Amino acid sequence: MAKRAKPAEIEIPLDGEPHATSLPKAATGITGLDEISGGGLPRGRTTIVCGGPGCGKTMLGMEFLIRGAQQFNEPGVLVAFEETPQEMERNVLSLGFDVKKLVDQKKLFLDYVFVEPSEIQETGDYDLEGLFIRLQHAVDTVGAKRVCLDTLEALFSSFRNEGVLRAELRRLFRWLKDRQLTTVITAEKGEKTLTRHGLEEYVSDCVILLDHRVRDQISTRRLRIVKYRGTSHGADEYPFLIDDHGISVLPVTSLEMSHQVSTERVPTGIADLDEMLGGKGFYRGSSVLISGTAGSGKTTMAASFAAASCSRGERCLYVGFEESVDQVARNMMSVGLDLKQWRDKGLLVHEAWRPSQYGIEMHLLRIHKLVETAQPRHVIIDPITNLITASAQKEVYFMLMRLMDFLKSRQITALFTNLTADNEKVESTEIGISSLTDTWILCRDMELNGERNRGVYILKSRGMPHSNQVREFLMSRDGIRLVPPYIGAGQVLTGSSRVAQEAKEKAEALVRNQEIEKKQEALNRKRSVLEAQIKALQMDFGAEELELERIINQQKTRENQLRLERDAMNRIRSGDSQLRIKLEAAAAGDEE
Amino acid sequence: MKKKTKANGKSAGNHAPVLQLRLYVAGQTPKSLAAMSNLKRICADHLEGAYQLEVIDLIKSPQLAQGDQILAIPTLVRNLPVPIRKIIGDLSNVDRVLVGLDLRGAEQPAGNKTSSPGKPIGAKL
Repeated sequence: MAKRAKPAEIEIPLDGEPHATSLPKAATGITGLDEISGGGLPRGRTTIVCGGPGCGKTMLGMEFLIRGAQQFNEPGVLVAFEETPQEMERNVLSLGFDVKKLVDQKKLFLDYVFVEPSEIQETGDYDLEGLFIRLQHAVDTVGAKRVCLDTLEALFSSFRNEGVLRAELRRLFRWLKDRQLTTVITAEKGEKTLTRHGLEEYVSDCVILLDHRVRDQISTRRLRIVKYRGTSHGADEYPFLIDDHGISVLPVTSLEMSHQVSTERVPTGIADLDEMLGGKGFYRGSSVLISGTAGSGKTTMAASFAAASCSRGERCLYVGFEESVDQVARNMMSVGLDLKQWRDKGLLVHEAWRPSQYGIEMHLLRIHKLVETAQPRHVIIDPITNLITASAQKEVYFMLMRLMDFLKSRQITALFTNLTADNEKVESTEIGISSLTDTWILCRDMELNGERNRGVYILKSRGMPHSNQVREFLMSRDGIRLVPPYIGAGQVLTGSSRVAQEAKEKAEALVRNQEIEKKQEALNRKRSVLEAQIKALQMDFGAEELELERIINQQKTRENQLRLERDAMNRIRSGDSQLRIKLEAAAAGDEE
Repeated sequence: MKKKTKANGKSAGNHAPVLQLRLYVAGQTPKSLAAMSNLKRICADHLEGAYQLEVIDLIKSPQLAQGDQILAIPTLVRNLPVPIRKIIGDLSNVDRVLVGLDLRGAEQPAGNKTSSPGKPIGAKL
């Protein structure tokens, strides 16, 4: 039995009275059905499930019983009028239900009622007490709370006496009600009536109509609660899906706009884009739209977001409608994004299918289911435009709105890409969903000088400062860059003209630099010359200084000597004039 | 289980196949009682003891209903000789019972013994 999320997790409040005041219900455990029926089928009463051949009546009845036994501990009895228990077992085994095990555990009782009209003669009065006895026996054996009679109307071909049969059926429904058995009766759809033999006359508590219709070669199963006495229920037609997890009904009523919002930011996987979005990236749980013309890099952006999410260890769901899984992986290798490694690690859930594969609701349902099973933090849908091939525009709009609300309510960041046709105004999304999204990034081609270059800008991003620049989108083996374009001299240049302009500027700058260097050199030279001169002068001065000091000293010494001599003379003059003369002569000679 | 086995097979030597009959009833309802007495009379009148009869009360043994695919009560089942034949109702129409048990060809008209005129004719679909 495959695990699935509890249906209670998708809380879809229906307008109308709360469940507490309505009838007691028996939850079916079928995804979505409990939501639209406000809690399940009427407990202790009989529900008719009618529809054409192959619409999934038996499946619904079976799942009601199996889930009842498995999830709600309510044993069940299946009375099959058309298929043998072995066939039934095999039928649901492919859906992951192990009926045999439930039978062994006494949680399920299978009774195959088969009447071969050709071996029967009717003679005289009879009733169908045998059926009641068998039913009673089955109910007693497992202590059943639920019963499914599939397809009760087969009795009409077994017994000729319709009067007896109708009386007995009326008795049967009364009998089931008296025993408080929650019952599902399947019936073939009639041409004018809901059921071929008008069973709805007897059972009027709840009638569910299943439908399987084909439009534009795409088949969609739908479910509608025609009648549900004493309770409010979704009255619309709801698409449903039978896949390897049984039935899922998609509630299409609008959801509330009261989801929690996060202030946490998630990087986009492109550093330059983060920078443009206030330096941090998207808000967690916001919805992002990347629209642009063909080949403008939408998928690449989406893939880098996916890769970034995986590298942070956050699971990401990537739904592709254009390219196969392997093709995207291969192409993204060229910009250095290895998606396969994340897929192998289970962090990237990458699914691709054709938009024309199902009707629009089925897409939504499948995405819902993928979200339920994979529990991703981010969801990428690439591109939403292709869904238009699957349905009318308005339906796509509603589907996307529902999807966005659903993802928002789970705080899952949603990234959609949208292809704008060349002849269209780029700033318009075909489905007009741009108003629903929080961040809108536009990729556009810019044609200039015989070149086409990718430009990226942020048209809006709610609740954060964002760049107003048109950046050039460059993809290379090393990843993605959003380069600011050349802006100057009154023009914006991208591509090779930007590169040329940049080269030119570089050359000019080089020339300017060289000139500066030259002047600097001249200055340096002058300085060194001057410094040399200063040094020479200083040296000259030093030599002169030494000489002058020597002379000064000499003269000072002589002055001293003269004074001494003069003193001596004075002494002699008072005694020996002859000596004084001699001394004076010697002094004169010295002076020469 | 109420098993009234009237194994009067001792005189079956001249009749090649021995009829094996089972009558399913549910308690002592008027229909069941009528069926039982009608059957007894038919057996006495037409079968000359070359039969085995088992009367099964499903109230007492409901699990037996599944095996012979019993829905209608009363039901008379002819297990042997094959093919299996079933006759439902209170067996008030003797001719139809005999046709149902393959004891009489359809060429013999039912006559005025029909006791349930309101019932539709032609048990075969």
